[in-house]
Amino acid sequence: MSNTSYCPNTPEDIQEMLAVIGVATVEDLFATIPADLRTRSFYLPPGMSEFELSRHIGELAGKNNLNITNFIGGGYYDHLIPAVVDHLAGRAEFYTAYTPYQPECSQGTLQALFEYQTAICRLTGMESANASLYDGATAMAEAAMMALRITGREKVVIDGAANPFYRQVVKTYLANLAVKVVEIPPREGIVDRPLLTSAVDDRTAVVLVQNPNFFGSLDDFRDLAELAHAKGALLAASVYPISLGLVASPGEMGADIVTGDGQSLGNPLSFGGPSFGFIATNKKYIRNLPGRIVGETVDREGRRGFVLTLQAREQHIKRHKATSNICSNQSLCALRGLIFLVSLGRKGFAEMARLNYDKAEYAKSVFAKLPGVTILNPGTTFNEFTLALPKDAGPVVEKLLSKKVAAGVPLGEWYPEMAHCLTVTVTEKRTKAEIDLLAHKMEWQVCK
Amino acid sequence: MQMIYEKSRPGRRGATLPASDVPPAPLLPDNLLRKEAPYLPEVSELEMVRHFTNLSRRNFSVDTNFYPLGSCTMKYNPKVMENVAGLFADSHPMTALLPGGDACAQGSLELLYELGKLLAEITGMAEVCTLPLAGAHGEMTGIMMIAAYHKALGNRKKYVIVPDSSHGTNPASAAMMGYEIITVPTAPYGDMDMELFKAAMNEEVAAVMMTCPNTLGLFNPHVAEICDIAHESGALVYCDGANLNAILGRVRPGDIGFDVIHLNLHKTFATPHGGGGPGSGPVGVKRALIPFLPTPRIAVRANGTYGLQTDRDLPQSIGRISTFFGNFGVMVRAYAYITLLGRKGLIEVSEQAVLNANYILSRLKSHYDLPYDQTCMHECVFSASRQLKHGVHAIDIAKYLIDRGFHPPTVYFPLIVKEAIMIEPTETESKEALDSFILAMIEAAETAERNPEELRQAPITMPVSRLDETKAAREQNVCFAKW
Amino acid sequence: MTETYYSKEHEWVKVKEGIATIGITDYAAHQLGDITYVELPRTGKSVKQFGELCSIESVKAASDIFAPVSGKVVKVNDALEETPEIVNESPEEAGWIAWIEMADVKELANLLTCLEYDEYLRGLE
Repeated sequence: MSNTSYCPNTPEDIQEMLAVIGVATVEDLFATIPADLRTRSFYLPPGMSEFELSRHIGELAGKNNLNITNFIGGGYYDHLIPAVVDHLAGRAEFYTAYTPYQPECSQGTLQALFEYQTAICRLTGMESANASLYDGATAMAEAAMMALRITGREKVVIDGAANPFYRQVVKTYLANLAVKVVEIPPREGIVDRPLLTSAVDDRTAVVLVQNPNFFGSLDDFRDLAELAHAKGALLAASVYPISLGLVASPGEMGADIVTGDGQSLGNPLSFGGPSFGFIATNKKYIRNLPGRIVGETVDREGRRGFVLTLQAREQHIKRHKATSNICSNQSLCALRGLIFLVSLGRKGFAEMARLNYDKAEYAKSVFAKLPGVTILNPGTTFNEFTLALPKDAGPVVEKLLSKKVAAGVPLGEWYPEMAHCLTVTVTEKRTKAEIDLLAHKMEWQVCK
Repeated sequence: MQMIYEKSRPGRRGATLPASDVPPAPLLPDNLLRKEAPYLPEVSELEMVRHFTNLSRRNFSVDTNFYPLGSCTMKYNPKVMENVAGLFADSHPMTALLPGGDACAQGSLELLYELGKLLAEITGMAEVCTLPLAGAHGEMTGIMMIAAYHKALGNRKKYVIVPDSSHGTNPASAAMMGYEIITVPTAPYGDMDMELFKAAMNEEVAAVMMTCPNTLGLFNPHVAEICDIAHESGALVYCDGANLNAILGRVRPGDIGFDVIHLNLHKTFATPHGGGGPGSGPVGVKRALIPFLPTPRIAVRANGTYGLQTDRDLPQSIGRISTFFGNFGVMVRAYAYITLLGRKGLIEVSEQAVLNANYILSRLKSHYDLPYDQTCMHECVFSASRQLKHGVHAIDIAKYLIDRGFHPPTVYFPLIVKEAIMIEPTETESKEALDSFILAMIEAAETAERNPEELRQAPITMPVSRLDETKAAREQNVCFAKW
Repeated sequence: MTETYYSKEHEWVKVKEGIATIGITDYAAHQLGDITYVELPRTGKSVKQFGELCSIESVKAASDIFAPVSGKVVKVNDALEETPEIVNESPEEAGWIAWIEMADVKELANLLTCLEYDEYLRGLE
């Protein structure tokens, strides 16, 4: 059985090289490592060929149940991905390159990221975006830290209707800093405005909201932006990118910082990663943005070109005073996002948003008719909505899962008083037939 | 080359969507409705395919060029890894978090669990958590756990010690967690000055962060002593595992005395660099730190099935650091790599990486200043100070190499070497590739003497010549404004 | 004629009636390269001699600027916000950074005179 390490050098090559170096064996090159520091154990299985590997991983993948119809979201969404995305992002010149430190031989990556930044600005209605962050949750945390830097204050107010995973990540990030985090419990599926208003004061750096929120509710948060600004605080909104094809942009609504997760834009579910986080802001705060930023410039002949810019913010220069410790971005995933957006184009993207909206509204109307079931959201929703069932939602979901449908996310885990509630997600991939079937199955579970 | 926005013509379309099979819903209320669809480009599929295909051809990449970026480990990405990652594309992460849902994700959970075990064995740690989304994210997680550990013990710690040769993410991560940084200078022998380190160490130091081997590509012979001294003062020792490629199968940081390590799967474990990401930064810990690992964690039940533990089961955990289970797609590839190479293959990686780097060192040391003239590990650091006498900087050497078809090595890092040129060939390069590169480097040195202006003009064969970075920073044009 | 003093961190100070005008020297501006941003200190900020005052960024570096004297910042050179290049063009005149109301004139003894600074620079080369 042959063994590979992808090392091309033959024994002859190795001998030649050792002679040039002036040592007898490769082992001699490790002489600086004392014997007592050598590994005590290295019990790894023997290697295998490509073909055995494919079979092995295939077996592992086979242990997953993939024939499930997804009506779940919670941060990741089952969307269509046009064929060009895999094809173009699969070009080796894109995916085997690294961070474009040498711009002259990296104009492909740099221009693509600049076009990506532009797309994010246009979607969000903001003036400046960076070249991506790790994911939507860490992006929300970075937005909080950005606002803390800008205002010099020490309090963060978060809408409790935002994704609980995101909120947990924000709290983890801020845990070791002298920052007070105040979470406002939601009221009936939407932000509790009176409670939030009373929490925002002149020590508040930022109000963090999510639109649509974890329950699927859409909100016009212009008044919350005004409230924050009146107290000298910023408003940071985490948004769902597909909604931006139909819903008023967070920039329009007065957000100072916009973040979100780009998984819905051309990145597969892939059990939770990788995807990318996006962050955008207004020009006046651009120096406070974390992460890589690509800027436009010219070369010595006056030709347009692109470079990493404002690097003096970053860790490799500012070290402990950097805006963030972030080094890599999620370049390839952001590229996939860009290709996705270009493939759908202006009309296609608006159409996709509309499809998501219509399908979810249809599903909502069908579920609302189920006996004992009510819609929790008081107003408009976008492609997710929350049902209040006459019984505990957990067992209902479990039973339906055994029947190959992930019917929704039961909320009891994060909202103890909502154990009877379920957030259902409907994307453009779900057919009328699938929706009708789920309603039928759910009625059976709920009413028996 | 035009931007995609400049190629846009109203009415053109790319992909088609399925027609709606549900009645159109009443429109959103006015205040929530977007007045105009966002101004995304409108191009045909052929136009966009040409655009991105041609864009890609403006890149150097591992698959097209020798790419010896020091400290980045630009090794070859085996293609079978791409194939197998696709097998999990349709797996929804939320499924595993539904009641009874982990039964539908046993394959994914098993892969993550096994990867953790493999990485623990490779690094000599008690447990490895695969949640961090990148190396810097892993560093942050590691420092958070150290902070939680000290807090649980009631220790009052204010400082983190780093060598001045450290990667910027080290002090940045520690500062993000509220620690003050103490920087210890590097001694002439190429590692943290032991006397100054001992003087800096005190009872208020939470941790010492080191890269092993260090960022100069040298193995610090005092590393175990540093761990002992730190432990005596109640500090923990953090290993930046970016350079693991040098010691795979030969040294395990856990055996030396490190308490926490982060790995860069996109470096050592051959997952593609993606033009700057996605990466993955698993973090390994010794037993004492296990309670603080982030959630969710994968555990094996008595019946052999895999399940998830969350905050309720792990009260001392630092909490969540990302949405779901980390960059799973990256981890499938890393798992595939380890499985493919196996024990012998991984040991061979460090041997060949170190051999290749030393070969380059031996052949170039008469042409470039070598600040630390000793056997290196997987990377070697030269200085362009000799060429500086002719007015040629490290950046000029780099640009010359581009014209010769090589991606330049890392320049100006580590900061402690003047005009630093850090070369990491990796083990996947052949002797011929190294020889071509060496030849170009020698010619660069000769040209620096003979005709330095030629180097300062470089590159001249690329779509753009040197770019005005000052203009970019002053104008901050980061978005194509016209539409 | 007001006397100019210098610090080893390459800041200059010109004192007039208790107000110290400060900036970075020609040498420092040269070292930094093209300056892209000056993070001006806040007016009203209290500073200690040799403590951090503000920072200056160029394309590849971010440099801390240290206060050559203790006191309170009473005025900053707003022009530098839009046109940081002024610091490159005229670091010791038009590129002044801030006015500090001095807390203790005796601190000037801790700085270098023009001649001493020139010698110090020669030593660096």
